Amino acid sequence: MKAGDLAELGLRNLREAVLRSSLTTLGVAVGVASLVAWLSLGVGLQTLATKRLSNSGLFDTVIVTQKRSEQSRRRPPAEVSPAAGARVLDDEAKKELEALPNVIEVYSQVRFPTEVRYDGAPYSTIVAGIPASAKDNGSFDEMQGKFFSGPEVDEAIVQIEFARDLSAQPSSLIGKELVVRYAERQALPASSAPANGDGNGEENGGGFSVVPKEKKLRIVGIVETEPAAGFGGFGSGRLLIPLEVANSLRAAQVNDLRDLVRANSNRNVYPSLTVRAKSPALVAGIEARIKAMGFGTFSLLDAAKSLQTFFTIFDMLLFIFGSLALAVATLGIINTLVMAILERRREIGILKALGAADRDVKQLFFVEASVMGFLGGLLGVGLGWGVGRAVTFGTNLYLKRQSLPPADVFALSWWLVAGAIVLAVVVSLAAGLYPASRAAKLNPVEALRYE
Amino acid sequence: MSGNGFAVRAENVTRHYEMGTAVIRAVDDITLAIRTGEFVALLGSSGSGKSTLLNLMAGLDRPNGGAIFANGKNLSEMSPLELARYRSKAVGMVFQSFNLLPRMTLEENVELPLRLAEVDRGERGQRVAEALERVKLDQRMGHKPSEMSGGEQQRAAIARALVNRPTLLFADEPTGNLDSTTGETIMQLLKEIQGHLGMTIVMVTHERPLAEKFADRIVTMADGKLVSDGAAR
Repeated sequence: MKAGDLAELGLRNLREAVLRSSLTTLGVAVGVASLVAWLSLGVGLQTLATKRLSNSGLFDTVIVTQKRSEQSRRRPPAEVSPAAGARVLDDEAKKELEALPNVIEVYSQVRFPTEVRYDGAPYSTIVAGIPASAKDNGSFDEMQGKFFSGPEVDEAIVQIEFARDLSAQPSSLIGKELVVRYAERQALPASSAPANGDGNGEENGGGFSVVPKEKKLRIVGIVETEPAAGFGGFGSGRLLIPLEVANSLRAAQVNDLRDLVRANSNRNVYPSLTVRAKSPALVAGIEARIKAMGFGTFSLLDAAKSLQTFFTIFDMLLFIFGSLALAVATLGIINTLVMAILERRREIGILKALGAADRDVKQLFFVEASVMGFLGGLLGVGLGWGVGRAVTFGTNLYLKRQSLPPADVFALSWWLVAGAIVLAVVVSLAAGLYPASRAAKLNPVEALRYE
Repeated sequence: MSGNGFAVRAENVTRHYEMGTAVIRAVDDITLAIRTGEFVALLGSSGSGKSTLLNLMAGLDRPNGGAIFANGKNLSEMSPLELARYRSKAVGMVFQSFNLLPRMTLEENVELPLRLAEVDRGERGQRVAEALERVKLDQRMGHKPSEMSGGEQQRAAIARALVNRPTLLFADEPTGNLDSTTGETIMQLLKEIQGHLGMTIVMVTHERPLAEKFADRIVTMADGKLVSDGAAR
């Protein structure tokens, strides 16, 4: 029989037993809904967790330092002493790092202690330079206000705790101005520079003086935490300003005194550089290349791997749990089709007498099973989505009561929608195997005698 | 067609059933040749094996022994798919209880063999109309079997049997569920079909008067064996 005729006859058969077909389809729908709801919940939680972590900027970042000496291995990256003969992290090294494949950007961390004056009162805090690329990596997605309007604007984003220190109503800070007081480094002329330990004079001056300066900044946003907070040393920044602006301030940093006494202080040497990869999955390869270049590296890759393993197992358990209902629905399909054979025994005999091959009868049952599976799958995805929305609604109600921000714990992706429908059809076809084969094997003479 | 002008030829055909330890010989070593265009009536009492022989010749059942030749091929050696093709293309079947599908309209019932034979959709409408016109039911296309009389249902079943233009028409007690007048009308219709289309008709019946009036040849069976074979009148 041609496919069109098979489909027509199959659909007609389902319509003629509309109540039973509908109940069986509903059974499949409940099974699929259970599977979809559980898996979407798993994926949603995973997305939520990875998004939060990814927004933290920890997982797509490699901190590059000079290779550590054995004595300084246990100290934070910014405080390491270079191993003897280790490569220096200078501008040349920065260019090499920028040229690595899958690297988005390389920048030095600018982070310095400062005093902020707001509304006439002084506050001590740490200023951190934020690269313009941070705008697009999701780190600032849920901030109040907006990101910096440009890379070189005198704007600031305040970390929420610091904002609470500044004002009882943090949101009212947006649009207000504050003053940052900091220590600017000013290079001393070469003549006044002291000689280095190795006796070589410095071309550009071997030292610097520190001059107090002020900078007026307009608050444009409030953020929960600084991305990559504390990663790379010196604690988390509570006043975030554009990286270019931070660099232009030439503010004295923690390492300055240490660098001053080092032999290579005549060059621009970075205590550490932050290398951002295109995605967390590429961090391992980049880290290996940087190590091969002779630098020390630090990333949270292992933590990310553990998280991935956890969610893989978690999703698998949810899949098994969700599949139980689908397994019960499968029995429903088998029951419906076996009943259909008993009811339509004579009809099968007539079809065979009129020239239907075993294959035609079998395919007719498969059409019926797959239609029930497909419709059940569609309905199940809808039901599963409804359950997921309800769970999200309930969760957010609870979170609100706990004074926590709302979260979308349910993620129904297209692959899950398509996968669930395909699975429903495949399971239905598998359930139809036995009834279809039994119907096809019916002896037409015996079937025609059946009343 | 079978060779030598025979439409169907059964050679030493046996069909037995095992019921526990007993063996029932429904058809017991029968040899019978039916010529092309012949109208043969198989007569006999209930359980004589006439319907079993008809089913064997129609390819609905397989013999335990012997051979049945139709269209030059041995049905016993055909694969299930070949046998289905034979039933679809070469054979038309008419039953005592009409066997129309109750949920389908008359048009859909008659179209069913065309679907099974994978006839193009464009051709089907005309073939169905032709078949229904032949049995004078072309005005009842949209009716369901339950809306028709017994005689009309049997005429519809005959239209369904003819729609694929088979060469063989097997009828199992076609008048068994009809009153005598309607039965005679159906027999008249079969006779017309034989005359106009040149079809070979094999009909099982236990109504000797009808067989004698309309068939060319009467074959009588008892206990699975042929007991007589001769011209109807």
